Formats: sequence, C-alpha cells, structure tokens
Amino acid sequence: MTTIRTTINKPLLTMPRKILLFKAFVHISALWIVIDLYYKAINDLLGSDPVKEVIHSTGIGGLNLLLITLAVSPLAKKFKLGWLMRSRRLLGLYAFFYACLHLTSYAAFELQWDLSLLGSEIIKRPYITVGMVVFSLLLMLAVTSPDYCKRKLGKRWQKLHNYNYLIILLVPTHFYWSVKSDVIEPMIYFLMAFVMLYFRRDKFKQIWRKPVDLKR
Amino acid sequence: MQINIAKKSQAKEQDVTDEGIYRERRSILKKMGFVGASALLAGPAQADLFDIFSNKEETKFKVEPLKFKADKQTGTIKLTPEEKATHHNNFYEFGTKKSDPAENAQNFKVNPWQLRVEGAVDKPLTLDYDDLLKSLPLEERITRLRCVEAWSMVIPWIGFPLAALLNKAGVGSKGKFVKFTTLKSPTQMPGQANRFKGGGIDYPYVEGLRIDEAMHPLTMLAVGMYGKTLPPQNGAPIRLVVPWKYGFKWIKSIVKIELTERQPINSWNQLLPNEYGFYANVNPEVDHPRWSQASERLITSGGLLSRNRIPTLPFNGYGEEVAGMYKGLDLRKNF
Repeated sequence: MTTIRTTINKPLLTMPRKILLFKAFVHISALWIVIDLYYKAINDLLGSDPVKEVIHSTGIGGLNLLLITLAVSPLAKKFKLGWLMRSRRLLGLYAFFYACLHLTSYAAFELQWDLSLLGSEIIKRPYITVGMVVFSLLLMLAVTSPDYCKRKLGKRWQKLHNYNYLIILLVPTHFYWSVKSDVIEPMIYFLMAFVMLYFRRDKFKQIWRKPVDLKR
Repeated sequence: MQINIAKKSQAKEQDVTDEGIYRERRSILKKMGFVGASALLAGPAQADLFDIFSNKEETKFKVEPLKFKADKQTGTIKLTPEEKATHHNNFYEFGTKKSDPAENAQNFKVNPWQLRVEGAVDKPLTLDYDDLLKSLPLEERITRLRCVEAWSMVIPWIGFPLAALLNKAGVGSKGKFVKFTTLKSPTQMPGQANRFKGGGIDYPYVEGLRIDEAMHPLTMLAVGMYGKTLPPQNGAPIRLVVPWKYGFKWIKSIVKIELTERQPINSWNQLLPNEYGFYANVNPEVDHPRWSQASERLITSGGLLSRNRIPTLPFNGYGEEVAGMYKGLDLRKNF
C-alpha cells in the first residue's frame, strides 16, 4: 500500500484518492454548514427566531442527507462509481449527526431542558413520536455501521439496514405533521422519497415474493 | 490618444439596462453563490432556488411617524426589537414562511384605503386612509402578542379602542357579533393568487368577535407600532389587537367591519376546525392538538442561548379584566 509506483498510464485520480477527496468534501461541507448555522444562531444573526431556524435547518439538512445517501447506490450502479459507493456510510452517519443536532436543539433550545415536557410531548404529539421512532432507528443503524458489525451480522445486516426505506417515509411524515397548513415542502420530500424507493422496486419485489424467514 | 469624456446626456452603463433588472441581476448572482455553496445540505431554510425567478424589488415600504399618547410602561418593559417584530410574521397572504411577508409586502398599497363599518349599525361609515390615522385620538399600548404557535413578542401598538369606532357607527341591539375581513387583492398578495403559496386558506381572511369582546376597552384597532405607522407585513394600514386572544384573531389589513346576528366563521377555524376555534383565548390549560400551550418562547434580543421560555398566563395575563365575559362557558370545548 505504501509503495509508490510511477507508471505513466496511471490516472491521477486513483480510487483511494477519489474516495479521500469526496470524503473530505463531505466533511468540510457538512461541518461548515453546522458551524455557520450555530455561530449565526448564537450571535442572533439568524432572523427573528434563531431557535426555530436551527431546529428547522438541522431537520431539513438531515433529511437532505438521507435522500443523498439513498441516491448513492442507484447513481453508483448506473455510472459505475465505486468511490461514491464507498463513501455512502459517511453520508449516512452525517444524516444521523444532523438528526442528533435536531433532537438536541429541540430539547435544549425549544424546550430549554424541561425534560418532563419533553417526555409528555413525545407521548402526546404524534409527530414527535414519529420523530423519536426515526431517531431510534437511525441510532440503531449508526451503531451497526462499522465493518466489524457488518461482518458479525452477516446477512442480517442488510435486513437491518433496509429500515432506511421506512425511515425515508417517516421523516417527511414527521415534517408534514409539524407544519400548520403549508404542506408543499413536505409533499416535495414525499415525492423525492418515493423516487428513491422506485429505484429499488426490484428489491422490494424480491422481498415480497420470498416467504419471511423467521429463523434469521 | 483619445480621451473619452462622458457627456451628461450620454447613457451610463447602468442606464442602458432598466434599473430593476440591473439590481435584480446582482441579487441573482448573490443568490446563485449562496445556492451553489449550500443548497445540497442546508435545505430551503434561508434561500429558495426559486427566489431567483421571482421579481422582487428592493424598495422598502415607507412608514411615517405618528402622534399619540405614550404608554406609561414605556421604558420599564423590555420590548421585542422592531427588526424582529417586522421580520417574523404570519401573514399567509404574502407567503407561509415567517420571512415571506417582510420580503413580499414592500410594494403593498395602503393609500388610498377604504374601511367600511356596516351591517347592524345605526349609521354605516366609510373611513379612508387619513380617517384611520386622524379621526380618533391615538394611544400607545404595550402588549404581548401570543401566537398560537407558542411564541410571543412584546410590541408597542398605536391605535384606538374598537369600541370608539363602533360607537361612532352606533351599535344597535341586533348585532351580536362583529365580523372582520381582510383586503382581497391577489395581484398584491401572492398567497391569494396561488392556493399553495397561501397555505390553503379560503381568502379573504375573516375573523370574528362576540359583541361584548369587541366593545371591551382592551380591544383596539392598531394603525401603528414602535411610534410609526404599521409596515404592511404587520397589517398596514389597520389591524386588530385583542390582547387576551391568540395572534390569528388579530386580523390584518382590514377593509370591512360588519355587525352580524350570527357567529362568523373565522378562516383558521374553517380550515382546521379541530385545531383552531372561534374564541382562541390564550389558555395554558388547553393544548393545541399538536403542541403544548403551557409555556411560550418570548422573542426578544438574544440568540440561541437566551433562556426565553416563560409560562403562558390564562388570557395572556388579562384574566382579571376579561374572564368575567366567559362565565359558564366551557373553555375546553370553546377553545
């Protein structure tokens, strides 16, 4: 791995370099957006209600990242982009990171650590219940994302991570339910979620045809 | 060597292009830079890609200073900064985002204006723009606007009691309710022209009060705030202020006040009857189906870390003055 070969025909952008570059791009942009957001919010430079803005932006950011993560495999297959496929986990983990920020910001800045209120809101408000379900699922997927877990879980890993297809429908539901009557944006997200699921129609057909294997 | 000295009559570069387009070009470039950098991840929270195509002029609506009797509490209460009160508005006629009204309402025409007072009154009245500002003595009242979305702002309103106007028109015994109607002008209000932009409300926006609520001395018609006439995003030229009720009752840009025998159907109640009622009295005990009303975030100066959650008071703190009007009424049912 560390030997340096100098062949004239070798392309400048090798696979590892492409991965490295793309990952660097993901790290920088995802973190920069967060730093910029919280810097502005803390210094009251984010409109009239920085609390709402932070919660909304981290939520939408996480949803966008989920959609991007789900777009990876169809894109990588179609255009044969191995480097993109191998950066997918990082994108998924950033989606989880944004979800953490979203939940923490809601608890810390909206409810201002009124934990009894948080508890009762999770139980009483369906859209927050849905949000918490999504967060638990994302947590489960993030925890099982290292290679070690993937090896240990074998075939079950893929089954577990198929929960992504449920998550991508639950997040727009959470969004749709939280708005007053301005439903266009959530509807657009539903549409994008269905597009991502449509790419996987063959996979779903397989899943449905097979009898459920309970031993697994 | 040739030296070019521009003659006065000669067009400058920016004169060739219409100034509106010239300015817009700059804003397009600005937005493109922003979109390029962060559209992928940040989402549409701050900038819409589609903003590029909308024709926004960068002129600002002109507000004018008013003469009025100042509120005694001036200086003792911390106000919401004017900038925040004028850039965080629910006025779906100009778009559903909080920042939309400040952006889309700057060319709103308030003069000429006509406010008609009619229905079961002795003498129907029509007030023009000057009448609104000059026919009744103006006073300032610092009042907390408590939105049904569980945030609030402390704003110095300027206006006159609604009762003063209704008494001018003469309130007979037939009128049991007062129905208020906002201007309908789809050419000026993009939310009225497009159902999706307007959040699904059936325009024009309508609100209502019981006659005793309307005649209550706390109920006022505001024509100004922060010492000046209202900006359009806050309901210019005239809006309702009902301190003990949620903000959606505080109807904006009113063109008609009508005394009726029957209870009017207010817009939010019509759209989502299980979430928004007719009374809409601020009540920490009765939650909105989707969020708690027990406390609120008071929007003042201060960023993300300011501890701004305060308990919500019954009738927004005016229980002593108004609770009597609701004796025997089940406020859980009549939310």
